[in-house]
Amino acid sequence: MDLESEKRELTEAEDHIESRLNPVDPDMLHVGQEMAVAEGDVDPGPQHEFVRGTSLWQDAWRRLLRNKLAVFGLVVVVLVTIISVAGPTVIKRTLGFTPDYIPSNDPRLVKSFPPFTGPNGEFSWTHPMGTDNAGRDQLARVMQGGQISLFVGIIATLVSLLIGVTYGAVAGYAGGRVDDVMMRFVDVLYSLPYVIVVIVLLSMFRSQTARGQLILLFISLGSVSWLTMARIVRGQVLSLKNQEFVLAARATGVSNTKIVFRHLVPNTLGPVIVYATLTIPQIMLTEAFLSYLGFGVQAPLASWGSLAADGVQNIAIFPWQLIFPGVTMALTLFSLNFLGDGLRDALDPQMRTV
Amino acid sequence: MTQKNGTLLEVNELRTYFNTDDGLVKAVDGISFQLHRGETLGIVGESGSGKSVTNLSILRLIPDPPGKIVSGEVLFNGEDILLLPSDAVRKIRGRRIAMIFQDPMTSLNPFMRISRQLMEMTELHLGHKRAQAYEHAIRMLETVGIPDARMRVDDYPHEFSGGMRQRVMIAMALSCHPELLIADEPTTALDVTIQAQILELIKKLKQDTGTSVILITHDLGVVAGMTDHVIVMYAGKIFEQARTRELFATPGNPYTKGLLRSVPDPTAEQGKLYQIPGLPPDVAHLKPGCPFAPRCERVEEICRQEFPPFVQLNADHFSLCHFAGDVFAESGGSSQAS
Repeated sequence: MDLESEKRELTEAEDHIESRLNPVDPDMLHVGQEMAVAEGDVDPGPQHEFVRGTSLWQDAWRRLLRNKLAVFGLVVVVLVTIISVAGPTVIKRTLGFTPDYIPSNDPRLVKSFPPFTGPNGEFSWTHPMGTDNAGRDQLARVMQGGQISLFVGIIATLVSLLIGVTYGAVAGYAGGRVDDVMMRFVDVLYSLPYVIVVIVLLSMFRSQTARGQLILLFISLGSVSWLTMARIVRGQVLSLKNQEFVLAARATGVSNTKIVFRHLVPNTLGPVIVYATLTIPQIMLTEAFLSYLGFGVQAPLASWGSLAADGVQNIAIFPWQLIFPGVTMALTLFSLNFLGDGLRDALDPQMRTV
Repeated sequence: MTQKNGTLLEVNELRTYFNTDDGLVKAVDGISFQLHRGETLGIVGESGSGKSVTNLSILRLIPDPPGKIVSGEVLFNGEDILLLPSDAVRKIRGRRIAMIFQDPMTSLNPFMRISRQLMEMTELHLGHKRAQAYEHAIRMLETVGIPDARMRVDDYPHEFSGGMRQRVMIAMALSCHPELLIADEPTTALDVTIQAQILELIKKLKQDTGTSVILITHDLGVVAGMTDHVIVMYAGKIFEQARTRELFATPGNPYTKGLLRSVPDPTAEQGKLYQIPGLPPDVAHLKPGCPFAPRCERVEEICRQEFPPFVQLNADHFSLCHFAGDVFAESGGSSQAS
């Protein structure tokens, strides 16, 4: 029996003992393993009972849970997502208005109520975040804005994943001149100021409908944010493609396409996931910025950026119009960044500072 | 299937060069050999002598650039692999010629279950459906002696030890019943007891299936126990080629002699272990004479001036040396034929 399998048996026996005594943090089991086995005359029992180890993902998940900030981020992101998705429907069912419901068209009325205030200045639960200039419920608007903002962030990230991973993997695997040409193209795109590119794209193809504008936003944000992803994946593939398992796959007659997408791409998953989670807040911020400038989401749809833009105009008299979408956005972006950092530490333990 | 003595593989004047910053490296420079069905061929040599490149060239797996198969032919069942379109080569890889690599720790994809990697082979080459491929994978794992194969088949590579992984590699290589198995230093990364098990396994499977084997190694002991023919390579050239028994008994090349002398003899009294002086040459900057001349014990002026001839010493025995005949005679060999 060689060393490795002997060691595994020891570990299994050890796990067996420990799990009977006290289910503690498995990382701590590594101390004093051999000793414990030498002391206890425990029959490890049939092999297969203990063979199941922890998979990479379980391991990463446990490391993530140990990181308080990341857990905080995860909880906030999940909450914000659930509330944003379900919120407008709940409000519609219980209070009977939609985010774009405007109570009155009379221009002389003051329609922007402070938080927890009813039409006559009395305390009311109807508008916990107040209302905007047109009298629309701010909470419903923020929740709808969250929907749009998260949606833009996720879809644009998926677009960038799709393009970036494919492009980078192909460039890295092809190597040589193909790689040179493909990556120089990326460099050229990199050197363009991407906000301006997006603005040009958005104003060139300006769509009539709000929905059309939204789709245009996905495409233009996604199409400029894949560059870094392509570089990351290419770098990973470059270092992976010289490993023996790729040669082994080639020697068994697997086609190049399958090698790239079945053997190489899954191996780049760790950094890709990390970068993707960090891309979402970045794109959301860009979206907010564009909406703030008026290029992004158009009314009656709202995003946190467009809500903030509306709020800024009235910051002196109706500060809640800016504060609520602003704080929500800041909190969500913080959380996403914490989560991304936590994922990086969890998925790439070598980078962890111990 | 086992049709003895038919030629399965014939390599003629194979040259594989690498274009490096340091100049043209002639990693394999005019290699020719034949492999008969059901036989085992050993290729020995120091690191960098071109053993692996020879075999990667057979399957056209040389990374290009920087490598290039400059000339030669590789006749597999009479068909020149080097002239085939890449689709056709891909159908030969794994299906008819399979390979096992040196380091089992890195030759399995760490992100794929063993079952997936085994199934990929048979789905690709034998057209197996999922369930069929899965059963076949389990059967192959049992064949190579993995206990609890049904339990282990869905594990990831990191859950296997080195020896077990090499068994998985062998299972993978043999799962399509190839006609030729190329084992590139299959035991180098394993410890001695596992080495013996793996070699025994290859030997047994070879007998059971009638597969021909090319065994690349730098362990002369392995060659002695496993092979029918041996090729000794040095600096991209074949230095000596003979039947295994004859090569060990009556080597006809000073380099082979040196290699044999440097094998430790456990029965001998304590003493200094013999070592061939110097280092393998830089293949990028070879001098015109014999590449082994600077390290050779019986070097003479002619060795530094002229490239040695490839001398036939016996029916199946060739040696690349100016003094091949003398060396052969010294070690007690006498040509029986012609």
